[in-house]
Amino acid sequence: MSGSMTAATGTEALTTEMPVGRSTGWWGMVMFVATEATLFACLLGSYFYLRFQYGPTWPPPGITEPTLLRPLVMTAVLLPSSLPVIWAEHGIRRGERWRLRAGLATTLVLGATFLALQASEYTEKLREFTMTTNAYGSLFYVITGFHGLHVLIGLTMISWLLAASLRGGSFGSHRHDRVRNVAIYWHFVDVVWAAILFTIYLSPRL
Amino acid sequence: MSTTAAPAPGASRGDLARLERHWGETPSVRSWLTTVDHKRIGRRYLVTAGLFFALAGLSALAMRTQLARPEAGMLSPEEYNQLFTMHGTTMIFLFATPMLFGFGNVLVPLMIGSRDMAFPKLNALGYWVFLFSGLFMWASLPFGAAPNNGWFAYVPLSDEQHNPGLHMDVYSLGLLFLGVATTAGSINFIVTALKLRAPGMSLNRVPLFVWAIVATGFMVIFALPALNVDNAMLFLDRRFGTHFFDPEAGGNVLLWQHLFWIFGHPDVYIIVMPALGIVSAVLPAFTRRGVVGYPLVVLAIVSISIISFGVWVHHMFATGLPQLSYSFFSAASTIITIPSGIQIFAWLATMMLGRLVLRVPLLFVIGFIVTFVLGGLTGAMFALTAFDQQVTDSYFVVAHFHYVLIGGAVFPMLAGIYFWLPKITGRMYHEGLGRWAFWLVFVGMHVTFFPMHLYGLFGMPRRVYTYRSEAGWDGWNLVSTVGSYVLALGLLLVLVGVVHAIRRGRPAPPDPWGGDTLDWSTDSPPKPYNFPVLPRVRSLHPNWDGPSRESMATGAEPDRVLADGRRTLRTSELDGRRERAVEMPEPSFQPLVLALAMLTFFTALLLAWYPVAAGAAATVAVTLAVWLWPPRRPDTEVGVSA
Repeated sequence: MSGSMTAATGTEALTTEMPVGRSTGWWGMVMFVATEATLFACLLGSYFYLRFQYGPTWPPPGITEPTLLRPLVMTAVLLPSSLPVIWAEHGIRRGERWRLRAGLATTLVLGATFLALQASEYTEKLREFTMTTNAYGSLFYVITGFHGLHVLIGLTMISWLLAASLRGGSFGSHRHDRVRNVAIYWHFVDVVWAAILFTIYLSPRL
Repeated sequence: MSTTAAPAPGASRGDLARLERHWGETPSVRSWLTTVDHKRIGRRYLVTAGLFFALAGLSALAMRTQLARPEAGMLSPEEYNQLFTMHGTTMIFLFATPMLFGFGNVLVPLMIGSRDMAFPKLNALGYWVFLFSGLFMWASLPFGAAPNNGWFAYVPLSDEQHNPGLHMDVYSLGLLFLGVATTAGSINFIVTALKLRAPGMSLNRVPLFVWAIVATGFMVIFALPALNVDNAMLFLDRRFGTHFFDPEAGGNVLLWQHLFWIFGHPDVYIIVMPALGIVSAVLPAFTRRGVVGYPLVVLAIVSISIISFGVWVHHMFATGLPQLSYSFFSAASTIITIPSGIQIFAWLATMMLGRLVLRVPLLFVIGFIVTFVLGGLTGAMFALTAFDQQVTDSYFVVAHFHYVLIGGAVFPMLAGIYFWLPKITGRMYHEGLGRWAFWLVFVGMHVTFFPMHLYGLFGMPRRVYTYRSEAGWDGWNLVSTVGSYVLALGLLLVLVGVVHAIRRGRPAPPDPWGGDTLDWSTDSPPKPYNFPVLPRVRSLHPNWDGPSRESMATGAEPDRVLADGRRTLRTSELDGRRERAVEMPEPSFQPLVLALAMLTFFTALLLAWYPVAAGAAATVAVTLAVWLWPPRRPDTEVGVSA
């Protein structure tokens, strides 16, 4: 090696102690979430387009207005599920692996509860109308189902992170890019739910 | 090859040997299937897109032959429908964007002074997905099940009731599959250009081509989801009985058109923008000066990519929407000509103020300006609602978008092929052969498409498989057909020129044109690690300025050599300040496995083998989990993408 002196005093050694700037992974995830958010915007836009083209009665005759209790409980389960992820991420930044594991496990439970509630909602709704009943049914099941799929993917990512965190050497105070990226995705899945709650469940009552 | 330059004094012999050990790939089947080298992937994009271009071009020749005389019987209406649909779909989705992504792949890391893209494995995945989705769509043709509804697939003609069979399922699933590649590629370009620029390359020193690719990436990110949602709904409507586009059950056919064109108009710029970037990259070398008005051109690029999202309804002026919306979109469509005009005038001024070196790439650039301006002129005519309603769905429209797309995309691509052939292959092309190719392509293009303006105005609708003699369109149609053969001959000569260069061309020096960007400061073809010493950029034209060149030679610092490992530099987004060295991934089978699993998934969906599709989806998830599994390392080790 030429110049071990430069290696010790060069910019490299001086700048690598603390994380500097955004990583490529962070930008990749943010761009991915941006394109996914646009996907949901297109779906919700289609909902409003079809609704306003349809006529005065919405949902169409034969389908009752969606009840609010269960979706509000689902919201109360899903939105706070971001907090343990934030807590876990802050923990691993300090090198506290137990916080990472505990936080992820909590979110996993909350997310699974949300999916279970959604399943019970579906069993009830399917008796009333299905995806093929009319355009309202198509919109309802495709939009909520697509979001449910995202929750499932998010939960898979969190389980994967949890599995990796059970092994030593995966994450540490300097290496938590993956934790941050999964967290960004999970926050996105949460925020999108708020938009869906408004569109599907609240807007027909306006 | 005899083109290797003497080792730059910046990196010692030992450094070069270490770089070679970490980055070099021995030719073997394994390395062919696992490579993550952006130059090899870029070359594959170019060749594969060229192949699809040939397929789509041959479809066009078959159609022109059928239309040469009235009431010809060479093609049946069903065959004709499949051919024009595959022609359009392939040219737009499988040729134009992938071809330009090929240029981007080869050039972006070289132009910004990096050793690879930000996500090399994702890059390899993008290529495989592009290849497989293209084969997926073309494989339907021999079965007579190719898409047959035109490249924009309007409902209700494309729904199950009016179009049974697999045709439009192939279309919707094929484009959804391809969307994975386009999105992955776009994110990769954006992040690469934001984070891997050589130190000192602040945003105001980024080459215009890179600006154009980044703007394209952003347009893809925000436009492509509309197409994906549209195609997903079409597939659900056709296969699973949903009612998004079914007016009987509360759906709406115009929803398809809105979503399609919310994607479709930005897509015109997604195709043209990187091609305009090629023009901005070619001009400095052949005018011996920088492009005039760099900040204005950058602003034009950015504003076009934003305004392009507000003009989609001008594709729907004949659908009976409210007048007020027509006025708004008519105005927006007129406004977008301003930044486009700024770019054109910047190039004209560059040529006026510079000293022209009339080589083949510059010929194609001049051909581009002439043709593209003519296409732009008819484009401005469409912005007027009343005129648009008269000529919509006629050959006038066909003439317009072939002027825009051949003028605005194919000519710059051809300029780019001749311009970068020495860099990519290490060989020079034959100038005389190139000139012949240019004149044949230029004349053939105008002879083919100019008459279409006329018989479009005379009332000939697009997408008819034949016509009667009484209408009086025969003569002009024959002219178009003759022109199309001349055009095909010219394009064949381009291919001959490329093959000739690779086989017989004389070795290319690192910088045959005296170019201004960093790609010309490295070997032709570049070493696997691109730069022995990563440059420190000090101006907009680093290859023309002494200190920037010096930084790779005598002014080299050890922390820009990074010979111990597969590493490159990460810098800050705006100022290009050095942040740290990052490790780059090794070659891997994972991208190929993942793409194959996706191919299985989409094929199974198409053929309604849903359990197989579920298995393939699980394979995708497992492959991704393995791909991203964190390496086991001590916490103190940094500079690792963790």
